Amino acid sequence: MTTFATPSSTTAPASTETSVAQTWGLVARFANPAELMHAAEAVRKAGYRYWDCHSPFPIHGIDHAMGISRTILPVVVFGAGAAGCTLGFLLQSFTNSFDFSIWALVWVTGYPFLISGKPLLSFPAFVPVMFELTILLSALTTAFGMLAFNQLPELYHPLLKHPGFGRATDDRFFISIEARDPQFLRSKTGQFLKSLGASSVEVVES
Amino acid sequence: MSASSSSMQGHAVPASGMDNTIESPGQRAPLVLGTGDFHAVTNQVCRVTEHPTVPMAWYVAFGVSLMLLGALGVAVNYLIFTGVGVWGLNNPVMWAFDITNFVFWVGIGHAGTLISAILFLFRQKWRTGINRFAEAMTIFAVICAGIFPGIHVGRVWFAYWLFPIPNQMEMWPQFRSPLLWDVFAVSTYFTVSLVFWYIGLIPDLATLRDRAKGTIQQFAYGLFALGWRGSARHWHRYEVAYLLLAALATPLVLSVHSVVSFDFAVSQLPGWHTTIFPPYFVAGAIFSGFAMVVTLAVPARELFGLKDLITMRHLDNMNKVILVTGCMVGYAYSMEFFIAWYSGAPYEQFAFINRAFGQYWWAYWIMVSCNVITPQLFWFKKVRTSIPAMFVLSLFVNVGMWFERYVIIVSSLANDFLPTSWDEFIPTWVDIATMLGAFGLFGVLFLLFCRYLPMIAIAEVKSVMPEANPHWEGYGKGHAAHGHDPHGHHGGAPAGSQPAFQDPRPGQP
Repeated sequence: MTTFATPSSTTAPASTETSVAQTWGLVARFANPAELMHAAEAVRKAGYRYWDCHSPFPIHGIDHAMGISRTILPVVVFGAGAAGCTLGFLLQSFTNSFDFSIWALVWVTGYPFLISGKPLLSFPAFVPVMFELTILLSALTTAFGMLAFNQLPELYHPLLKHPGFGRATDDRFFISIEARDPQFLRSKTGQFLKSLGASSVEVVES
Repeated sequence: MSASSSSMQGHAVPASGMDNTIESPGQRAPLVLGTGDFHAVTNQVCRVTEHPTVPMAWYVAFGVSLMLLGALGVAVNYLIFTGVGVWGLNNPVMWAFDITNFVFWVGIGHAGTLISAILFLFRQKWRTGINRFAEAMTIFAVICAGIFPGIHVGRVWFAYWLFPIPNQMEMWPQFRSPLLWDVFAVSTYFTVSLVFWYIGLIPDLATLRDRAKGTIQQFAYGLFALGWRGSARHWHRYEVAYLLLAALATPLVLSVHSVVSFDFAVSQLPGWHTTIFPPYFVAGAIFSGFAMVVTLAVPARELFGLKDLITMRHLDNMNKVILVTGCMVGYAYSMEFFIAWYSGAPYEQFAFINRAFGQYWWAYWIMVSCNVITPQLFWFKKVRTSIPAMFVLSLFVNVGMWFERYVIIVSSLANDFLPTSWDEFIPTWVDIATMLGAFGLFGVLFLLFCRYLPMIAIAEVKSVMPEANPHWEGYGKGHAAHGHDPHGHHGGAPAGSQPAFQDPRPGQP
């Protein structure tokens, strides 16, 4: 890991050597949520694409400052909820109202229960379970969908082994810009982050 | 105001242990005391899990809980190997302690979801101090609840009949039965509560991972933190997911105890066949759950030094919820009597007169005293803000709500239509051991949670501190990010926008 006080004065590690780790990107530290937000706005305006902010808690309005478009998670969850509701109805009507067979991994046959003279297809009695399955599938989709869209779990990440970055889950605020960004130039990007008021700019190796 | 702004940080920090229960129009009472510093909040919560030792009281409580858990193991095994005859059940009273305990524990769980979901939707920021352990309480309470329907079926090895699994008999569960709705409601409730709790835990597990010194801690917290790195792009989806989960958990929690009440209300038994049951059960559940949160929060904040995060204002608010829901429960008790009279149905009338003055009169009056009468003391602020008083009153509510379920179940069953079939329920030692043992299981799980997981939602607490707002007064306005003085004040700010909470009463420090 290479640390430098002023990025312009830093000599890049010998990039000709194959043993030297690749640069993953730069991480800049900011004093508080307000500075992070201003810096995020400037980074977005500068046209970077592969970059991120890191904070111990969600900062209100930072998604707007960064230009994050709204996630489609709610749409996916709605679909899952509708599927759960339908599944609940099909499950109950098949198992309790009809006597035909279907193949669901094994051959299963419905059983028309006649309960206290109610109609075989007694929809109102099926509502509670339909409701529960709607909620169950929606909630599981919400949780796993969020993790999937966030590409978690990702137990290894270059930032996680960067010393000092651990405080991002405590009380510090960072902006990271990845080297794969087309605009990324180590000295120029470092200088840019410094100019936004970063108290330190460090190189993260992959 | 400027006099109070003379602290090191340039803005007034709400003093540790200050009285933040005072309502002052135009000013937000602080929810985190003693610090205006995110790091201090992290330290305060993580200290509990990171400290090599725990207070002696923890060991004592854990030992007692383990013994009770052992009693549960003995009682349940004896039941399984012998049969449900070891309980005091008899012909009319076929449900007693088992279902009483089930409804009691499910009810306890409801406060956790109310705090985490409903108060979140209503933007009640004070929930952040208590939601984590209230949610943990929910999960452990539902685990305790789940034992009872599981073992009361007698032949527990056929418990899988509850689920629609293809089997050699070619039979399916009967979906028109409220008992089956209950299976789906409670298992969904448990799953969703667990998911909600875990999603909330991820950022805090990452905090613990990043602070962990030992290899085991680093590995365990790191594994469950899933590689969380506080990314704003992650936070965006995380917040949407959290909102969705809250919106899904809200109708769910209201439905769960409604469905539990259907177990009774859909039957024909006088005393059970009542349309008021669903809302009455939900109010009772929230009532008992909040009492349990107070019962747990009072010792926990004392023991683990969390008084600046679970402040008197949190306790005061919870006691207000107990008062309100206690009044709702009291209203339901009286409305049941009114409807019994108004219905003109003699069996219904008998059931309620019998409940109050029949063989279970003592249980009924314990219930009324603990649930309706003693919580009225919470009208007084002195009581609401007195630690010993609220602890004792919350214990009363726990007792009262257990008896409520006992009264509903046992008194209705014991004296049904035909006097020739009447009987009395007398619990056996197995009944009592199972009931107490469930508390042991709950205690063990809760104490382990206190020791190894963050008891307070660290990230959420930080996000309700005034310093978390990027437009906070202390950061200045419209400045260039570069060369900005983080402690600078922009003069002439109105007192109302100051982070410090000014005690409006004269003569206060």
